[in-house]
Amino acid sequence: MTEAIQLLVGTRKGAWIYRSDAKRRTWQVQGPMFLGSIVNHLVLDPRDGKTLLMAASTGHLGPTIFRSTDGGANWAEATTPPAFPKSDDPKARSVDHSFWLEPGHASEPGVWWAGVSPPGLFESRDGGATWASVSGFNDHPNYWDWCPPEAGTPDGALLNQVVIDPRDAAHMYVATSSGGVFESTDRAATWRPLNQNVRCDFLPDPYPEFGQDAHYIALSPTNPDRLWQQNHCGIYRLDRPGERWERIGDAMPRDVGDIGFTVVPHPRFADTAWVWPMDGTDVWPRTSPGGRPAAYRTRDGGQSWERQDKGLPPEQAWITVKRQAFCGDRCEPMGLYFGATNGEIWMSEEGEGWRQIAAHLPEIYSVVAAPIA
Amino acid sequence: MTRVLIPSQLIAYTGGATRVDAAGATVGAVLDDLDRRFPGLKFRVIDEQDRVRKHMRLFIGQAETRSVAQALGPGDELLIFGALSGG
Repeated sequence: MTEAIQLLVGTRKGAWIYRSDAKRRTWQVQGPMFLGSIVNHLVLDPRDGKTLLMAASTGHLGPTIFRSTDGGANWAEATTPPAFPKSDDPKARSVDHSFWLEPGHASEPGVWWAGVSPPGLFESRDGGATWASVSGFNDHPNYWDWCPPEAGTPDGALLNQVVIDPRDAAHMYVATSSGGVFESTDRAATWRPLNQNVRCDFLPDPYPEFGQDAHYIALSPTNPDRLWQQNHCGIYRLDRPGERWERIGDAMPRDVGDIGFTVVPHPRFADTAWVWPMDGTDVWPRTSPGGRPAAYRTRDGGQSWERQDKGLPPEQAWITVKRQAFCGDRCEPMGLYFGATNGEIWMSEEGEGWRQIAAHLPEIYSVVAAPIA
Repeated sequence: MTRVLIPSQLIAYTGGATRVDAAGATVGAVLDDLDRRFPGLKFRVIDEQDRVRKHMRLFIGQAETRSVAQALGPGDELLIFGALSGG
C-alpha cells in the first residue's frame, strides 16, 4: 500500500521539501530553505525518521553541513564540517564541496558518511555535528593513482557515493568519478578496486583495474549481493561474490544507448530496475536522447529493457537528470521520481504514466524520497 | 581591535551585523577570533589549508591579501568580500 512520502530536493539555489498525502496525489511544499545555497544532497536518517542532513555551499563560501531535527524548520551547522587534515604538502587537498551523505548502518545510530570533491571519504559519529577524514581511503597508498587531480569531471572529481551492505556494517562500497568502484570489508580501513570488465573508453587501456567513472551504484534491497551500476560507459550488473561486471546496457535500443547517471532498483523485485538514459554521443550533450525523455525498465536483470514515457513531453524536451535526482520509494506500488535541470519534478507508479509534481524550481541536483514518520 | 567588514554572504553568522570588531595581530588571528564568536564563519572564507577560498577576497584597507599570515597594524580595517561571480 502507499503511504505519505516526502521528497527532499536539493538545487543549485536552495532546498525544498514536498510532502504528499497517503495516496501520493497531492503535494505540499516547504521552502525555499537556504535560498541561494548550492545544495548537493538532502537526506533523512531512516534510523530515527527525523534527522535531516544537508550538504551545502554557495558560489562564494566554503562547504558545510547543516542539520535539522524538526523537519527543516530549524537548522544547526556542523561544528566541524568535512575537511582534509592540515598539511604542508603542496598537493594538500581542501574540500570543495560535500556531494553525498549516507546514513550509517542500522546498527550504528548516529554514524553518517560523506563523499566529497576532490574525492574523499568522511565519517561522523555524532549525527553529523563533527566529521573526520577516513584515512583508510583518503590516505591510501594508491590514492593519487585512484584519484588523479587531472581526472576531474566538469564539476570536480568526486567520491560520489557510499553504499553499505545492510547485512554487515563493515562491508562498504564507494563510487568515484576517477577510479571507479572500490570495496572495503573492514569498515573503511582498507579498500580495493572492483571494476573488472567495466569499460573505460577514455583511457588507453579500455578495461583497467581502476580509472572508471562510476556514476551510480545500487544494491538490490531484497538481494544485497546484486549490484547495479550506471557507469560513464554503460549499464552494468554484478552478482557477488562474483568480481566481473556484466554490461547489461548492450540490450538497450541502439538509438538511445546505455549512458546515463542513475540506476534505481525495485524495492522488492531483484530483477527489476530503472535507468534514465542521457545522450552520450560525440560531445556528450547529456540530455534526453532525441529530446524525448523516458525511463527504461528491466524486469529480467538487464536482459531486456522497456521504454516508459507515457505522460512525458513527446519531443523537444532536452532535460538532464543528474545522478542524485532519480529515485524511488518503498511503497506498493512503488513511486518513482525524478527532478530535472529545468526545475521540474515528476512521478509515476512503477514508471507507468508520469505526472508533474512541481515546476519552476532552480536546477535540480538531488531528489530523495523518504516516508513521513 | 580590528574593524572587520562582513559581506552579505556572512551576516547570517553575525546576527546581521555588517561591521564587527575582532582581536588579532594577523588576518588569521582576527578570523580565529571571529570564529570563536561566530562559529563556522572562518571555514566559509578560509579552507583547511589556510588558503583564502577561490571566490572570496580580503583587503586590508585598499590592499588585497591572500595570506592569513598578513600582519595587521593599529587602525587597520579588514574587509571581506564575496568576489564577483556568475548566475
